[in-house]
Amino acid sequence: MKLLNRLLHRQGPRSGEIARERLRLVLAHDRAHISPGLLEVLKDEIIAVISRHVPIDPEGVQVTYTEGPRVNRLVADIPLRTGRRARREYGPLGLLDAE
Amino acid sequence: MSARVVTVTSGKGGVGKTTVVANLGVALAMRGQRVVTIDADIGLRNLDVMLGLENRIVYDLVDVVEGRCRLRQALVRDKRLQELYLLPAAQTRDKSALRAEDMVRICDELRESFDFLLVDSPAGIEQGFRNAVAPADEVLIVTNPEVAAVRDADRVIGLIEAEGKGPARLIINRLKPELVRRGDMMDTAAVLELLAIDLIGIVPEDETVIVAANTGRPIAFTDHSPAGRAFHDIARRMLGEEVPFAPLKEPGFLERLFRWMRPEGEEQR
Repeated sequence: MKLLNRLLHRQGPRSGEIARERLRLVLAHDRAHISPGLLEVLKDEIIAVISRHVPIDPEGVQVTYTEGPRVNRLVADIPLRTGRRARREYGPLGLLDAE
Repeated sequence: MSARVVTVTSGKGGVGKTTVVANLGVALAMRGQRVVTIDADIGLRNLDVMLGLENRIVYDLVDVVEGRCRLRQALVRDKRLQELYLLPAAQTRDKSALRAEDMVRICDELRESFDFLLVDSPAGIEQGFRNAVAPADEVLIVTNPEVAAVRDADRVIGLIEAEGKGPARLIINRLKPELVRRGDMMDTAAVLELLAIDLIGIVPEDETVIVAANTGRPIAFTDHSPAGRAFHDIARRMLGEEVPFAPLKEPGFLERLFRWMRPEGEEQR
């Protein structure tokens, strides 16, 4: 069975590839002095600030640090709750009608 | 004629800095270069035993700094080669006995009489590391293709650049070709992409390095072993030769087939 698995390469990524992916993240954070913990803090504060003005989906918020060739960025992905369902909940201006 | 001061450092301990310094010293001296290897690891000296010169030490680096002897008196000559010397570290517990300016002054004094001063840096990024880097014209970073070693190498590369001592060049030490082929070790390309610096050598894992350390005779004396050849290749690159990075030797086809069909740890059927 092990032989068959080896033949079919059903093993997922090998540990060398995992090491490389982990290092990619760790080095990016080390270089920018931005720890995963700090990203969590930023995320919480961003959620607090934005949701005071716009209805957002706090569960879906992602704050990531990425290294580019020239510029390194903090990217905040903030899904808004402005679908039809949200409009009903919040009213046409995105403000809460009634609780 | 003025010597090039080359500091070998790594961040993480145990990746093979001292082995690299000993072997590059031997390989360069075998090519007619006048070389002083300098052990800057105060309190944890080991370059002397790697070179097999531990019984010939009279004075050390701290004796020179504190004026107990002249610099020349502290140099231990390797009798196996014309122009290879060791400037040993002190075994004192007081690491503050050495300052960056002392290293700069000592190296400047040696520059006129030699071609290469190879400085063996202590692990870490504290004062000892700063002392070792202060006199450097060039820096070589030693790493292993492993997560912790690469991470620490990246820290050190950043510090070297901040000191204006860059660009450092990389030696990947203890690479295991078979593990790389199996995908269980990062390959050279992966390490270079992560660290984004130039490569000067790849040294394969080689049991003869342990034997050499046991006997105090660096493998570069006999360049038959894969690691010995790799050290000579690095020495040639340091001297400006274009040496292609040879593909690392792997086990032969039949041996590989055999292992593939019956991996270690699996019981025989």
